[in-house]
Amino acid sequence: MSPLLDVRDLSTVFRAGDLTVRAVDGVSYTVKHGETVAIVGESGSGKSVGAMSILRLIPSPPGRITGGQILFAGRDLLRASDEEMRRIRGGDIGMIFQEPMTSLNPVLTIGRQITEAIEQHRGSDRAAAERRAVELLGLVGIADPRRRLRQYPHQLSGGMRQRVMIAIALACDPKLIIADEPTTALDVTIQAQILELMRTLTRQLNVALIIITHNLGVVARYANRVNVMYAGRIVESGRAEAIYHRPGHPYTVALLRSVPRLDRPRQARLDPVDGQPPDLTRLDDGCAFRPRCRFAIAACAKSRPSLEPMAEEGHLSACFRSGELDRLLGAAA
Amino acid sequence: MTAVAPEAAPLLEVKGLSKHFPVTEGILRRRKVGEVKAVDSIDFAIRRGETMGLVGESGCGKTTTGRCILRLEHPTAGAILYDGVDLAKLPPKELIAMRRRIQVIFQDPYSSLNPRMKVGEIIAEPMKVHAIEPDPARRATQVRELLAVCGLSPGFADRYPHEMSGGQRQRVGIARALALKPEFIICDEAVSALDVSIQAQVVNLLEDLRERFGLTYLFIAHDLSVVRHLCQRVAVMYLGRIVELADGDELFDSPLHPYTQALLAAVPVPDPSVEASREFRPAAGEVPSPINPPSGCVFHPRCPVAVERCKQTRPEVREVRPGHWAACHEIR
Repeated sequence: MSPLLDVRDLSTVFRAGDLTVRAVDGVSYTVKHGETVAIVGESGSGKSVGAMSILRLIPSPPGRITGGQILFAGRDLLRASDEEMRRIRGGDIGMIFQEPMTSLNPVLTIGRQITEAIEQHRGSDRAAAERRAVELLGLVGIADPRRRLRQYPHQLSGGMRQRVMIAIALACDPKLIIADEPTTALDVTIQAQILELMRTLTRQLNVALIIITHNLGVVARYANRVNVMYAGRIVESGRAEAIYHRPGHPYTVALLRSVPRLDRPRQARLDPVDGQPPDLTRLDDGCAFRPRCRFAIAACAKSRPSLEPMAEEGHLSACFRSGELDRLLGAAA
Repeated sequence: MTAVAPEAAPLLEVKGLSKHFPVTEGILRRRKVGEVKAVDSIDFAIRRGETMGLVGESGCGKTTTGRCILRLEHPTAGAILYDGVDLAKLPPKELIAMRRRIQVIFQDPYSSLNPRMKVGEIIAEPMKVHAIEPDPARRATQVRELLAVCGLSPGFADRYPHEMSGGQRQRVGIARALALKPEFIICDEAVSALDVSIQAQVVNLLEDLRERFGLTYLFIAHDLSVVRHLCQRVAVMYLGRIVELADGDELFDSPLHPYTQALLAAVPVPDPSVEASREFRPAAGEVPSPINPPSGCVFHPRCPVAVERCKQTRPEVREVRPGHWAACHEIR
């Protein structure tokens, strides 16, 4: 079966004066039906811009999608008309953003924001849309849904608001939900509730989920597959288990080693990634991670490594030395 | 409660500390209609040279506790004994002198540095305010030393905060805190805004500085993994109260309070195999409003083991095991 989403060689740039930032630089990946794919990376890695590009929500100017294809259920979203895109956003593709307070309209009731989506996309009448809204709020675990429908976003807690966002995302039976740091603004016990809810519902309704996050713990708990991004590119891709236990890129290794872990006792020191994050306006032809990489060689300065297969099926790494990384890590230890 | 071994005199001892904020109504004539007990009679002590963690979710009172110690808030009740002196009762003049010894590092390196000042001026400012180093040339030398100590090259003194990355800015915040050679630093979410790879650098820096200068830290944070890594002892707060306090590894390996257990279970570990084998049910419900907190034990509406008594009477913090304190009726 062909994948639900097939992103091919996507590039998005931002221009400001003479500066050009390649926020997303030739990114390719797929998402299968019902699968949860995590996109991890630090600030400026291009993880959010990449996802916003799928929905064509890049502010232009200064941003522009300069190349690639985004095949969703077989058709290229980059060639779809604006009208078609409006139908797809909130229809076949639902969205959940980090900050529910800013992504909900403060002057409309919760009910109106859910029914609006249903009326727009489904052409349902008010009464049918309201019945569906009540059903959806129940589905996302909001008690007393009829009363909640008449309330405004400010009357709800952060966790409740994010539940409402999930209800809106699910309103029109999407095939794919894109969640951009959906729980970053929430407290840890509420974060756990929301993530569990998203996992249960996406499984139950067979919805594919792209979850964009910087939290490696969230990825480990929820993702089937992982794309690790650095400086606008995917540097490693594969099953979560492979990425965490047999990482094939020095950046992934460094990232995993730099996180303090709750299940490990107090140690003397963390093992941080050296140096500063990349300056996207000053990237050269070489590997962008090279200045921070402990294993960089002359070849890394000459050209950028492309994603190449590792031993395990579906595990890819963009590093000239991925094959000898195990040995290098052993020698360094 | 004294959570400190008798042989080590604490540097800081907080006793019965409360901070209540009035809730008002009306625009022209403000009436007090209630109060938020942001901090509600808490006790803890910090030994010289240790890092004490203060953790909890939004609104639990951890930041207000830090602000009371700094006297950025005036406590409603209680004593804050710093090296034997009660900060809560200190007159303003003596307070200023005391502030040389107690410094703070804030979360947001973007908003806690003045964008119109050069980094060198930012770091020299506390020395000027406290008239510690009146000679500009010697001040400049010290600024360069402080930059070096925090892993920044001397050239940064002439830059502005906006020219630096988040991690570099946080290093400037740390250098400024060190300018007065304090003994005690309150780190309020000091590494929370940083990316993972940079966060580890700053965590290591804090640890190095503690060893090098014999500093004592109160590390306020919501990220439990960072707290586990950095802190010798940890206090967990919920709705203005301390619910559990213990040695770090003890607290994380065998938490006693149901809230601590729920909190730890909620944190995902960056390892898919560990996660697959963990049994996990998220804590039900949300944190109740602090304006009208639940009766008895404030955690009882969300607690899986709550019994009738928990609704009636508030459990006192007691020493359940040596050095391990918890406020729960149901712990035997």
